[in-house]
Amino acid sequence: MKLIYFAWVRERVGKGEEELDLPPDVVTVGDLIAWLASRGEEYAYAFEKPMAVRAALDKVHAGRGAAIAGAKEVAFFPPMTGG
Amino acid sequence: MATVRVQREDFDAGAEAAALARGRADVGAVVSFVGFCRDDGGRLAALELEHYPGMAEAEMARAAAEAEARWPLLGVTAIHRFGRIAPGEQIVLVAVASAHRGEAFAAAEMLMDFLKTRAPFWKRALMRDGTVGGWVEAREADDASAARWSAADR
Repeated sequence: MKLIYFAWVRERVGKGEEELDLPPDVVTVGDLIAWLASRGEEYAYAFEKPMAVRAALDKVHAGRGAAIAGAKEVAFFPPMTGG
Repeated sequence: MATVRVQREDFDAGAEAAALARGRADVGAVVSFVGFCRDDGGRLAALELEHYPGMAEAEMARAAAEAEARWPLLGVTAIHRFGRIAPGEQIVLVAVASAHRGEAFAAAEMLMDFLKTRAPFWKRALMRDGTVGGWVEAREADDASAARWSAADR
């Protein structure tokens, strides 16, 4: 699955995007965050406050309980500050 | 019907607003809002705006569609810039045309509230002393402002 990171999430993870094979027990956005946070200190730092990070599935905002099956890309980013 | 653009270059706010009414007799009101890059303390060199290509346009289009579903609008234009933007430069435009001013004012305000809280843009401060300042933090007041338009109070 393609993962994309923006703003300080990108800086903390240390890359803008990556392709990862997810374990079968990663079903929801929340599961994915918990799994990513366990992958190393850069991920743990990016997701240290899980509620501070927003997610999108295929460019649509998604909550923690959203199922990721079928999504082509999952994006993680801070709350938006445009406008 | 809505025109949505995400671009690096500046825009002509007056021309965009005028275009909504040009050549038609049913438009009685055009309301436009322009957001500028602001320097509060005299230390800001520029804002660097990052965005999520594709989703930024999609979220702006969704916001425009919600406004069009809610009010009888005759035209909507939303433009948001990305990249380096210096103090005093324009960042964002929403312009709304309708028969009467009430819908145009309300729709423009809702569009800006939704753009600020839903469209994937992030601002970072670049300081005049050459340092990179922090990422701008989201304001709870913006979430509260956007929440006013929730379906519950229709």
